[in-house]
Amino acid sequence: MSDEAMNAVGDYRYGFHDPENATIRFDKGLSEKVVRDISKLKDEPEWMTEMRVKAYHHFVSRPMPDWGNCNMLESIDFDNVTYFLRSSNRTENDWDEVPDDIKNTFNRLGIPEAEQKWLGGVTAQYESEAVYHSIREDLEEQGVIFLDMDSGLKEHPELVKKFFGTVIPYADNKFSALNTAVWSGGSFIYVPKGVHVEMPVQAYFRINAKNMGQFERTLIIVDEGSSLHYVEGCTAPTYSTDSLHSAVVELIAMKDAKIRYSTVQNWSANVYNLVTKRGVAHENAVVEWVDGNIGSKLTMKYPAVVLKGEGAHAEVISVAYAGEGQHQDAGAKVHHLAPNTTSNILSKSISKNGGRSSYRGLLKVNPMAHGCRSKVVCDALMLDEDSRSDTYPTMEVSNSTADLEHEASVSKISGNQLFYLMSRGFSEEEAMGLIVNGFFEPFTRELPMEYAVELNKLLELEMEGSIG
Amino acid sequence: MSDAILEIKNLYVAVEDKEIIKGLDLTIRPGEIHAIMGRNGAGKSTLAHVLMGHPDFEITGGTIHYLGKSIDEYDVFERARAGMFLSFQYPPSIPGVQVGNFLKKSVNNVRDEPVKARQFRGELNAAMSKLDMDKSFLSRYVNDGFSGGEKKRLEMLQMMLLKPNLALLDETDSGLDIDALRLVAKGIRETESTTGFLVITHYQRLLDLVKPTFVHAMIDGKFVKTGGPELALKLEERGYDWLEA
Ligand SMILES: Nc1ncnc2c1ncn2[C@@H]1O[C@H](COP(=O)(O)OP(=O)(O)OP(=O)(O)O)[C@@H](O)[C@H]1O
Ligand SMILES: [Mg+2]
Repeated sequence: MSDEAMNAVGDYRYGFHDPENATIRFDKGLSEKVVRDISKLKDEPEWMTEMRVKAYHHFVSRPMPDWGNCNMLESIDFDNVTYFLRSSNRTENDWDEVPDDIKNTFNRLGIPEAEQKWLGGVTAQYESEAVYHSIREDLEEQGVIFLDMDSGLKEHPELVKKFFGTVIPYADNKFSALNTAVWSGGSFIYVPKGVHVEMPVQAYFRINAKNMGQFERTLIIVDEGSSLHYVEGCTAPTYSTDSLHSAVVELIAMKDAKIRYSTVQNWSANVYNLVTKRGVAHENAVVEWVDGNIGSKLTMKYPAVVLKGEGAHAEVISVAYAGEGQHQDAGAKVHHLAPNTTSNILSKSISKNGGRSSYRGLLKVNPMAHGCRSKVVCDALMLDEDSRSDTYPTMEVSNSTADLEHEASVSKISGNQLFYLMSRGFSEEEAMGLIVNGFFEPFTRELPMEYAVELNKLLELEMEGSIG
Repeated sequence: MSDAILEIKNLYVAVEDKEIIKGLDLTIRPGEIHAIMGRNGAGKSTLAHVLMGHPDFEITGGTIHYLGKSIDEYDVFERARAGMFLSFQYPPSIPGVQVGNFLKKSVNNVRDEPVKARQFRGELNAAMSKLDMDKSFLSRYVNDGFSGGEKKRLEMLQMMLLKPNLALLDETDSGLDIDALRLVAKGIRETESTTGFLVITHYQRLLDLVKPTFVHAMIDGKFVKTGGPELALKLEERGYDWLEA
């Protein structure tokens, strides 16, 4: 790996945080008034306000999911969460105008350098809204819209109204309802017909205020024959009280379009990370989720693809790392609605120090969907006896021509592998780190280089102090 | 203290309460090549593993000194960093770890100063061309899906890059075709003249190419006979029965 890559990544992993510098901050807890106030403050169109309010009522009346980790879910105190906080009054276009302490954080994250070197555009979400936003001129010239979601709603209200909530309606689940009620920030991207965005477009999110809920909302539409790779990275400083992160991400790939959405998240150990991600793939379109989950207290996340048009393809590659006191409940869902649609799911998980990781998958094939193919591979690596790994695959197949494969494996690090590496001068911890990185490699190699470097570094750090 | 690299005295080794090595003595000095021959199950790999510090093997008697220090003081990785190298009879695969990356890290592990990228590339290219290995090896995963001969070549490549003080080669010649065997022999001959070798083998053909200083015949955890290169020829011809009382 190059030194540049290492420098750009820096010590992003560490839980540094700036003093809260919040200009506007709502009281804790949620009510219809809070929801209306958020909308009013943002000066939103009527339809959005009404959608938020409906979503709020749905959230209140909807019971908690009865799967995942019920004990952990029940321990979320929704009254102890701040639902809106704005740390900078406007979205900055010029990096020089971003407030110093915020800039400081992002400098340590290496975002400006990263932008110059690798990225097609960067939007950095600090607290609830993007404070920094830029886009390469060539992208703009090609007609690509890349804004934070709030600006997207202001500048392109018809486009947003047409697609917002069409992939994930607020009533989809309790947390999509919560997100719809209080969303703030996130990205809005539209790629017009026939445009291939060559470089990955990237955003960072951070939770930096105590008990600060983060409810970003992302909507990406890639029009016919176009392609986009979107990358999202997350990290959070450690706090003693619980934080809630509940995002909604909607992707729409029109005919012959391709969207790849890559995420590496490293939440601090007290964050509830409850995210709904779903993409729709029209005729011959491709939707790919590349999803890495490290940290958090509880993650429940199942990137989904609805294969709506004939010949559409879904790819979901995910990894999860569950350390002490953590539960990663992750997986994938694919709905084969149209004929000759295909999907590949690869899920890899590591559990350590009593951590728990679960694969939860759903594969649905419609009666009308002839000639579908799907392959699911789940591999779990357990680093000690106290840890736990489960697989909950569900298949609902209503068409007999479907060709389905499912493989699952649970493995441990072998003594011979450790001995071999140690005989090459690796300490036991380093040897574990290398094996663990190798286990995740099919995922890591899909990432842009700086993320790959960072993920490997993170896992190596996780192995430190792990040998008794 | 002597100038020996390795000094083993009256060694006893057990695995799972079963005694495998039963009173073995061996001294290796710089530049010496010691060949060990013996039947399957005699304890040859056990000796190599215990020298490298495999945790499954317990030293139940005797002493091992490496560079004048008791080997008990070194953990496995410290032995590697102190210049010991084991070429495995059965190298395990490490899926997802690329050969190039693994080699660079290994080299950095054992050297005092981190190797510069350019210098490493130079050494790597030279060693790979000596072993007639294709560049494509570097992006493969360590031993993953390798043929038997490819694994052994990778072991040799590591030895050439790590430049050990003491090289333990456990049947590195097994499974090699004639050309590869020549390359391995060349690799051994071209290693530092001060390196000590312990070469475990079943075949004379390697010893034709690399002349051993001593040949030891091992039966049931002991050296029953030690001689020069002529002993290997005799063993190949007559087997081991004549050595048993
Ligand atoms: N981890 C282990 N657990 C139990 N028994 C073992 C273990 N390792 C070795 N042994 C036993 O110790 C004896 C010696 O084995 P070793 O591998 O040292 O033989 P070898 O001389 O290298 O044989 P070969 O020529 O077949 O490689 C054998 O009986 C073997 O089964
Ligand atoms: Mg053996």
